[in-house]
Amino acid sequence: MADVPTDAPQHCPGTQSEQAGKSSACQGCPNQSICASGLPKQPDPAIEEIKQKMSTVKHKILVLSGKGGVGKSTFSAHLAHGLASDESKEVAVLDIDICGPSIPRIMGLEGEQVHQSGSGWSPVYVEDNLSVMSIGFLLGSPDDAVIWRGPKKNGMIKQFLRDVDWGGLDYLIVDTPPGTSDEHLSIVQYLSAAQIDGAVIITTPQEVSLQDVRKEITFCRKVNLPIIGVVENMSIFICPKCKKSSEIFPPTTGGAEKMCQELNIPLLGKVPLDPQIGKSCDEGKSFLTECPDSPATVAYRNIIQSVKEYCSSHKVSDK
Amino acid sequence: MEGDEDKDNLSSVKHIVVVLSGKGGVGKSTVTVQLALSLRQAGKRVGILDIDLCGPSIPRMLNLQSKDVHQCDAGWVPVYADRERTIALMSISFLLENVNDAVVWRGPKKTALIKQFISSVAWGELDYLIVDTPPGTSDEHLALVEGLQRYSIDGALLVTTPQAVSTGDVRREITFCRKTGLHILGIVENMSGFVCPHCEECSNVFSKGGGEELAKVCGVRFLGCIPLDPQLSHSLEEGRDFIEEFPQSATFTAFKHLAQAVERGPP
Repeated sequence: MADVPTDAPQHCPGTQSEQAGKSSACQGCPNQSICASGLPKQPDPAIEEIKQKMSTVKHKILVLSGKGGVGKSTFSAHLAHGLASDESKEVAVLDIDICGPSIPRIMGLEGEQVHQSGSGWSPVYVEDNLSVMSIGFLLGSPDDAVIWRGPKKNGMIKQFLRDVDWGGLDYLIVDTPPGTSDEHLSIVQYLSAAQIDGAVIITTPQEVSLQDVRKEITFCRKVNLPIIGVVENMSIFICPKCKKSSEIFPPTTGGAEKMCQELNIPLLGKVPLDPQIGKSCDEGKSFLTECPDSPATVAYRNIIQSVKEYCSSHKVSDK
Repeated sequence: MEGDEDKDNLSSVKHIVVVLSGKGGVGKSTVTVQLALSLRQAGKRVGILDIDLCGPSIPRMLNLQSKDVHQCDAGWVPVYADRERTIALMSISFLLENVNDAVVWRGPKKTALIKQFISSVAWGELDYLIVDTPPGTSDEHLALVEGLQRYSIDGALLVTTPQAVSTGDVRREITFCRKTGLHILGIVENMSGFVCPHCEECSNVFSKGGGEELAKVCGVRFLGCIPLDPQLSHSLEEGRDFIEEFPQSATFTAFKHLAQAVERGPP
């Protein structure tokens, strides 16, 4: 079903089907001869082009979660800030949440525009060694909604990977929308030849969130995407007045810790809920430099260190 | 499509309300469930249609995870949350063999299932059908609006959390509603403020006031704030009836107001 174009005639068998270009529904379709030639059945040539383009990118990390609003973009942004604090590393963030891009605001880039250069779209730079690409930069106003069905979203993701002038990168962090649908299948498919180091999965402690995250883990296993580990976000809340902790989102089923044990996945860490995190995100600043002493910063730094270690050991074992 | 025309399972549904938000994890499903329970308390018969196909949360919140859907002459029989059959639910969870199964589907397949949910669930007589949606403005949302075209939808309830990161996405959802001609019933601000159980100090964990401000900027009715309440998450985790258990809390009053606003209908 996935390969039926949105503007196809009724009963289109799909461009990948054996019947493509041959069935009765194909009569009169302007693309009939293309389908009949068998060309569409070959793998998308973009995959090879993307592999070429990505040959200068050392590590590719996906940030995933089945559930929305658990802190994928917040984590992606801070992982990028953390990795980029080493000035010798080149880091980039690619936001493929097409319908709800949050990265521009979290990284303080709202209202920025993308420029076209000879070698493709230039990403927007936060710092000399930290660049960002998001659909947010292509929209005219904050009211603009991207009301797109799957195929159009996939086209955009393909363009982001193929046509953005990333330059040489040490880390490319891909922030994703919630769910297990078009965007996720496309990014994994387009990067299949270029190879993804792995995925960091974000969750909150409640079962309502964990049940979606388990689905995401099933997805990773289905598409053979290695899992770097799980981050439990919004774990506990420390009252700024009395300094006592409470559980806003109670881990009634043992939280991420138990899930990781059951599914045999590493738990990278737990990040406590600090009201300052949300505030920093709204203001587009890095929480890590705004509140260097917060327990949440310490947790972030430890997780970033684990991701770094995973990536360096991963490459060695590959060779 | 033509085959579906004669089937009309929504003809005895009086009101249809869609719960939307551009952003994920802001409490769409929580608001849906609590709104349903509040309307039920007011003596209404309520149906919930969960079109979040990749991350269905409602079955767990109503403690119905392990239930199955059956077929009858009129179509699929929804799952009932109580013996009196005042709350009916349809969700993709009921069609999965294993709760951890991932629904890895692209748009066209999701669209097809949503159309089927709209045409072939035998809801029977309902006062309210509340539709819970996934985040975004994409396939599921377009399929729903298209599928419900020939019915009159009361409108959409927009849920946000107070931060700018969230209201930014909800702004885009408002544009979606205006482009597709969906009435907006109003905006609810969820997770606004957390009262520390130790010292009673109220912290604005996710800042404060974003929902109200957004409503003002966009000229939409503001329907109130729902505070963060760990008791609420606890009861949702276990699928208990929050409204029967905690009628004293601030969250309860907030939801009661919300249900009344929905009953009053669009402004």
